[in-house]
Formats: sequence, C-alpha cells, structure tokens
Amino acid sequence: MDASQAQNRTYLGMPLARPRVAFFELSSCEGCQLQIVNNEANLLDFLSLVTVVNFREAMTEKSDAYDIAFVEGSVTRADEIERLAVIRKNAKVLVAFGSCACFGGVTQLKNRFKDPAWVKKQVYGDRSIQTNDTARPLEDFVSVDLRIYGCPVKKEEVEKIVTHVVLGRSIVQPKYPVCMECKENENTCLFDLGEPCLGPVTRGGCDSWCPNSRFGCWGCRGPAEDANVGQLQVIMKQYGFTEETLLDRLECFGGFAKDAEQLRTNMKLSPRRHEGTK
Amino acid sequence: MKSTRTIDIHHITRVEGHGNISITVKDGRLIEARWEVVETPRFFEAMLVGKKWENAPWISGRICGICSIGHTLASIRAVENAFGIVPDEQTASLRLLLKHMETLQSHVLHLYFLAAPDFLNVGSVFPLINSHPDVVQRAAKIKQLANDLCDCVGGRRMHPTRTVVGGFTMLPEKKELVRFKERLNEIKTDLLDTAELFRSFAIPDFSRETEFVSLQGNGAYPFIGGNLVSSDGVVKKEQEYAAMTNEYLVEQSTSKWSHLSRPSFAVGALARLNNNFALLNPAAQEVSVSFGLKPINHNPYMNNIAQLVECVHVVLDSLRLIDELLGMSWKKPRHPAVPKAGIGVGAVEVPRGILYHCYEFDDEGRIVRCDCVIPTSQNHANIQHDLSALAEQCASQGKQDREIELLAQMLVRSYDPCISCSVH
Ligand code: SF4
Ligand code: SF4
Ligand code: SF4
Repeated sequence: MDASQAQNRTYLGMPLARPRVAFFELSSCEGCQLQIVNNEANLLDFLSLVTVVNFREAMTEKSDAYDIAFVEGSVTRADEIERLAVIRKNAKVLVAFGSCACFGGVTQLKNRFKDPAWVKKQVYGDRSIQTNDTARPLEDFVSVDLRIYGCPVKKEEVEKIVTHVVLGRSIVQPKYPVCMECKENENTCLFDLGEPCLGPVTRGGCDSWCPNSRFGCWGCRGPAEDANVGQLQVIMKQYGFTEETLLDRLECFGGFAKDAEQLRTNMKLSPRRHEGTK
Repeated sequence: MKSTRTIDIHHITRVEGHGNISITVKDGRLIEARWEVVETPRFFEAMLVGKKWENAPWISGRICGICSIGHTLASIRAVENAFGIVPDEQTASLRLLLKHMETLQSHVLHLYFLAAPDFLNVGSVFPLINSHPDVVQRAAKIKQLANDLCDCVGGRRMHPTRTVVGGFTMLPEKKELVRFKERLNEIKTDLLDTAELFRSFAIPDFSRETEFVSLQGNGAYPFIGGNLVSSDGVVKKEQEYAAMTNEYLVEQSTSKWSHLSRPSFAVGALARLNNNFALLNPAAQEVSVSFGLKPINHNPYMNNIAQLVECVHVVLDSLRLIDELLGMSWKKPRHPAVPKAGIGVGAVEVPRGILYHCYEFDDEGRIVRCDCVIPTSQNHANIQHDLSALAEQCASQGKQDREIELLAQMLVRSYDPCISCSVH
C-alpha cells in the first residue's frame, strides 16, 4: 500500500488517523523493539497502520512530533530520567514496552544486593562509573498510559494493542494466569514432568509461550490478578522444589519484587548466596 | 578553507545501542577522531553472582536481543564445560543449526535494514518499501525463514525456550525439518540476488592493517567451541580466553576494550573468513572471490561482504545438517546435569564475532564469579583506530564534512556493533 492510500484508510466509514509513533530505549537488550522488526509476515501491514517517526535502531530520520511513544528498558542512570521526561512531554500516549520498562526486568536483579558499591566494583574495579543504585521501571518517574508485558513482548499482542489504540478501542489486558492458556493448549503440566513453573501466578497473554516448549514459566509478565504466591509455595514444596528455586523465578523479571523480597527475608538468604548463610 | 571543523554525531543511528562519533579537523589536518560508547551498564556479571547454574543461560541471554541465541549457547557451553558434560551428536547438530539460523537472521537484518540504506542513499529501510519493494520483500523472506527455523528448533526466535544445559527440553518434528529443507533450497536464489544487489554498491576503498581473532576451524568453518586463533599467529585454548582478550578500561567508553599483539584487533565475519577461508563451503568461497574478498583482507567495510558470504555458507551447511538430523533416530533430548565446583568457559562465534562466557561455581553449582567478553567490546579499539586513520585520510584528501560524516558512520556500521551488548 502506498502512503497516500494509507492516509485515506477508513474504518466503519470513519476516516482513520494514522498515528505518529516513536520507539525509544533506555537500559535494555533492545529485544522488544527487535520483535517489531522480527515480525516479517505482518511488518508491512503494521507499518501501514502507523507512521514511524523515530526508531534509532532502524532509521536515521527523526522527529519529536509523535503521538505514541514506545519506551523499552529500565531506568538506570540520571540522563535516562531526563530523556524519559522529554518523551513524556512530547507523547500523547506513553507505552511501557516490555518487562524492563514495566517492572525493571532482568536489570533489576542488581537491586537485590543492596550494595551498589560492590555491584560496580564487580564489573569496573576501582574505576568510577555513573549509574543509579537501583534499576527502576518507568512508572517510578513518569506516568505511564499503557503497559505491554513480556520479556520479550509477544508481537501478536503488540499488534493487537496498537490496532486498538489506532481504532480508539479500549485495551483489556488478561487478568487470568498462564495456566489457563496452557490448559487450552493441552500441554502436559510441567509439574508432572518434574519441572517447576510460575504459570499458576503469572499474568496470561503470552499463550503459555514457555510451557508450550516444555519449559517452565519464569513469571516474565508479572502477577495475574488474585495471584496466590503463598499457595504456589505450597505446591512447589509438595513437588520437592526448594524455596531457592521459587525465589530465583520470582525475582527474575521484577514483576514479583515484593514477594521475592519477602521470601528472601524469610529464608534469611544472602543475595551472594555462596558466601552468605546458605 | 582555513578553519577548525568538528563533526559530532550523537547517538549514531542504525546500530544497536548508544555510541557517539566526534571528528575535529583543522586546516585540512586531523586533530582528533573519537569513538565514544555512552551506553548504560546493566551489570550482568554482578547479577549472576550467587545464582544457581540453571539461571545463567536464561538470564545472560538477555544481554542481547539480537544474538540471544548465541549468548544462551555460550552460557550453556560454559556451564557444561565446568560440569564435564559433552553434548551428544544430536544436541550438537541441533545447536549448530539453531546457531546458523541466528547468523542468517542477524546478517540479513544488518545487510538490508542497517547497511544497505547508506548505499541506496536513504535514511532507513522504510522509504525502500515503496522505492524497492522487491528488495524489502526479499530481506523479509530470508529473515522469516531464519526466524521460523529458530522457533522450530529453539522454541522461540528471541530468548529461546528449549535450549538448556544438557540438551533441549523438546525436539522439532522431523516432518517440519523436511519442510524447512524446501524453504532453504528456495532462498538460495534470493541469496544470489542479494549478492547482485551488493555488487551494485560502491564499497569504500579503505584499508588499515590489523590483527583478526576468531575460533580456529578444525575440519569445519568454526562456530561453537575449539581453539582460538589470531592472524598474527597466536593460538590459545578456549579456557585461556582471557589471554586472548586482555580487557582494559578506557575513559571514553563504558565498555571495556581489548588488545592482543597490536594496539587493537578485530573480530566478526571478516575475521572468521580471514582465518578460516579454506573451510567455507565452495559456493560461499566463490561468492567471496567474486567480490575480490580473499584472506587476508584489511578493509573493514568488507565485513559487509564477509557477512553475505557467511549467509551462503550457513544456508548450505544447514541443508547438510538437516539431512544428517533426518538420518538419526531421535534420542532422549536432554541429559541431567550434576553440578560440581570448577571453572567453565564457553566460546561461540556469534554474528558480530567471538563471544566468551566464563563462570566459576561452588560445589553446589552456585556462581561465584562471572565474566562475559562480548565481540563488540573486542572491536571498539579497532573501530577507534580505523576511525582515526579514515578521518586522517579524508582530511588530507580535502573531503567535505558531509562525506566524512557518512564514511565514518558507514565504517562503524560495517562492524555491525552491538553496543548495549558490549557494555552489558
Ligand atoms: S523486556 Fe526482555 S526482551 Fe525486552 S528489552 Fe528487556 S530484556 Fe530485552
Ligand atoms: S505447565 Fe505451568 S502453566 Fe502449564 S498448567 Fe502446569 S503450572 Fe500451569
Ligand atoms: S510462559 Fe511465563 S516466562 Fe514464558 S513468556 Fe509467558 S509469562 Fe513469560
């Protein structure tokens, strides 16, 4: 489809605006952005829905006039807070794009040490390096209009959400756990195969991506509504998994940060475990 | 014209991560050229300390979205080497097939979406959707095949779900592999068309002698494990990687730098090709020679062509691997891991060059120390030296700012740097 045609798209007889979208990354692996480019089959359709005005990873042209900003990554340095504030000012809709942006993602794993000097020294020795003591989600600094969960985000879900935004429909995120989708997919439950899984407490929407591969869920999309972590703890114990295994999964992506903190305190477990109490 | 001019490129585009170029020319002489890496560190090497071994591949794969499969495989190899696990033939072949498809996906992404726009005089791939639809569709077709096959073998194209220490959680269906054989055969012509496209591009004429580091092929073009080799004649064992990388800190970069026999060295497709040319598939060699690319080539812009040559190689080698896999009767996908204290190193050739993961474990398999050396961090010093030499050459030739700016950006893009990965 050429540009002029796209400008004249209609939906139910109404002319359709073609929102200007921009992509930005803070501290991240850039994987969530790449999921857009990785979507070869529908990429061109997707691009006909929007006008991409800022996507540093893919294009040289840039503009600060955009409607929707997709921000990937967590906030780990002072200059990122400033960049984020500018993006917030320019954007009508600010989307926290992926689990790093929503919860801090894997990067927040450094927070558990509570010892920023040790963390820096581990990588940079005595050289001074600028970094914030903790990795934080976007919502700790600016208001976020929309969250797209996942590490990485699921491209089908991104498309659906973007289409809804373009059409002005409201967006409903799944509240049910991964288990629901897993059962629909008729997978053998991993617990029965001797593997741990966070599916019972994790927000669905990924179509049980990991269990479909016989790989237990690590909770990358954060808690489902009414997630009962206490009950999962009992199940994990019944199946013979250690609290440490549960903790590793709960703390991996930041969505269960409070539960993980609680569990670590109960376990009296040092974050540098091999030299700690366990 | 007598004056001082500075070319400043803040956050160079169409590369992964954040880097700046700054070039100062006075009265036609180069004063300074700088390659600065300003990416925020995420501290993966600290993050993993205290974690059990099974966390390592899953977490450290998140160092990079583009080569998450490579990171996952290097991490798995490091754990397996520490625990004394040797993958069986089935696992080794499936891993290599997965690795090949990541190489294809990443090289095609770079060649078409990141590098080609410079040669076609546009700022991105987006205008090409209308002006060169066949080119964009071809890129999408090859990439999609590579990504679909990654899904089939690894469970997911990014941050794979089936790759674990000891093998795979589950195996692909053989009839799926048969279908992929057809699709691989089909894209051979698309690769030849890609070669035609790149033949129409003017690759900048610039050379600077340097050292090239890669895995040393032993009967096959190398991708996973084995000895390390340099074009200056250094050979080391995988576990001696630190003597090959010699990382150090510099003011202008949040990434570490490396050196070996000279002030800098290069890794990546060009380094692999320079060091292992004779092991490439003959058809890939032919493509290489048709571009005048023979070892040892010192033009960094030729890394683009070396990537193209590797695309041909990995597609042909994947066909061989699928035949080999179809001839095997499937065995148990995964062997159990028994942790023990020790150190393990995993060296894997990822699209941008050789990658190392190294972990030290306590006797319960918890990580005591972690070190990851990324291809782009090994390339930073070489990029800096190339940039200085290029800027000097341009200044003495009296080139205009616009031209210097473009050549400098194309130089950096030729390395296909993965900057956030290099800082990690
Ligand atoms: S959420 Fe995961 S895939 Fe997305 S940027 Fe963060 S680490 Fe990468
Ligand atoms: S495998 Fe995981 S997600 Fe699936 S049913 Fe079992 S616990 Fe739930
Ligand atoms: S199964 Fe769990 S870890 Fe996997 S993608 Fe879904 S929410 Fe994330």
